[in-house]
Amino acid sequence: MKIESLIKKVSAKSARSKAKNSSIVISSRLRLARNLNKYSFPNCASDSQRSNVLSDVEEALSALPYMKNGNFFTMDSLSDFEKKILVERHWISKELAEQKNGSAVYISSDQICSVMINEEDHLRIQFIKNNFNLNSLWKTLSKFDDVLEASLPYAFTKELGYLTSCPSNLGTGLRASVMMHLPGLLITGNIKKIIRASNQLGLAVRGLFGEGSDAYGHIYQISNQQTLGESEEEILNRLAAVLKNIVEHELNARSKYLENNKAKLSDLIARAHAILSSAHVISSDEAMNYLSYIRLAIDLGFISEEFRSLIDFLFIQIQPGHIEFPNAILSIESRDIKRAEILRNNFSKLPPLNFDK
Amino acid sequence: MSNKLKCSLCDKLATVHLTQIINNKIQKVDLCDSCAEKKGVADTEGFSISEMLASSKTLNDSRQKSCPKCGMELAHFQKAGRFGCMECYAIFSSILEPMLDEMHVGSIHYGKYPKNGLSLINQKYHKDNLKAKMDRAIIDEDYEVAAKYRDEIVKLTNAKSTREDLSHED
Ligand SMILES: [Zn+2]
Ligand SMILES: [Zn+2]
Repeated sequence: MKIESLIKKVSAKSARSKAKNSSIVISSRLRLARNLNKYSFPNCASDSQRSNVLSDVEEALSALPYMKNGNFFTMDSLSDFEKKILVERHWISKELAEQKNGSAVYISSDQICSVMINEEDHLRIQFIKNNFNLNSLWKTLSKFDDVLEASLPYAFTKELGYLTSCPSNLGTGLRASVMMHLPGLLITGNIKKIIRASNQLGLAVRGLFGEGSDAYGHIYQISNQQTLGESEEEILNRLAAVLKNIVEHELNARSKYLENNKAKLSDLIARAHAILSSAHVISSDEAMNYLSYIRLAIDLGFISEEFRSLIDFLFIQIQPGHIEFPNAILSIESRDIKRAEILRNNFSKLPPLNFDK
Repeated sequence: MSNKLKCSLCDKLATVHLTQIINNKIQKVDLCDSCAEKKGVADTEGFSISEMLASSKTLNDSRQKSCPKCGMELAHFQKAGRFGCMECYAIFSSILEPMLDEMHVGSIHYGKYPKNGLSLINQKYHKDNLKAKMDRAIIDEDYEVAAKYRDEIVKLTNAKSTREDLSHED
């Protein structure tokens, strides 16, 4: 199994700050779109151009000490469910997973950086961290980009900035997306307002694991849509200001609901806990919805903080690709059975809920 | 859980929420996953702009054009919303320009730029870029930031001769 070592290893990202409200932001992801000036963009490139891009990028990356112990996979060499796992970890995009000749990914050994090659653009450089420090993440990403650029001449003009296959990424090529856990805004019915307000500020809001059902863990992915006409810092500051606001609204919603509807909230959490501890067949949407309440219970102190990383880990472990690991399971029903089993086993480790805090 | 958005095209739960700024008006769409996929916006990182293009007036002027480097034809760009190479940006600039104002905050790049020995870029550009940022900060009455850029420009001017010497070495 090629990707085994990668997914078994505990990610450095899982170290998270203990600050109370930091749990609302699950992770921050920054990605840069870059193209090499010598070749046509991947959608128009010939097979030989695509492999030239790959070898140029490979050469540049392998010279970096940071990438020394990283993982490298070509899309040709991975099975469908291995690619599904990489998508569920956000290391590759669905679009890259569908590509063949010349498409590949580098994942750093600390699992923070991934570089997609021959996706929509020649390069999609991405850094993910489990916190909300966009500025420091940007500094790291920009430095990485500077080093690559020294050996890979990018497609760039001073008027339009970094040239991308799709003009919607033009300029900085920077897309910042922050994943937020917002059960309070959902329970209190305020989420719609927040989405509208974010949209008006030019931000896109979408579900993290949105798979067409109404349960997706109350997790939202908020990102900038505009990449040209502002500096990277301006883009990130604008996004951060909105997100800080959302965090405040979420905290308010939670404390208000807890004050006025404690029995109702405790009931939601207790039922979620009961189902996850005892179900024998469960879909990923249903499981995520209940895990969301358990995550909220940790934030509210009903379950000890020490179980947070387990719950966050389960969010990923119950995704279809991860359930299929290490042997592809074909039927949805047998996936749902295996998922329930994993949840029962893990929930037997959890202490009883303590609502008297 | 009564407060969920419905898809603008069907009645399913919307999971994709997009805003496009079209003719200075904000247009919002909420889509379910399957409609989003049909419309090509499932990945918000590369949403389809073909609909915006279809209504573009300048389209007719350049319908015949194609890119000499990669062979991209206008009709194909219109359909896929993707350029084929960096040359396309010059070839199709008359179609691109009105799109940029609709799509982005501005139509000129203010972000970082390659620093390592590219012929495209020079010290003057670096300085112009800083100056533009400084002017902008002054307009925004953010004098602290403006002062920061002014200091950088001064530093750059002083260091210029040294850097020019160094740049011949590699
Ligand atoms: Zn729909
Ligand atoms: Zn072209």
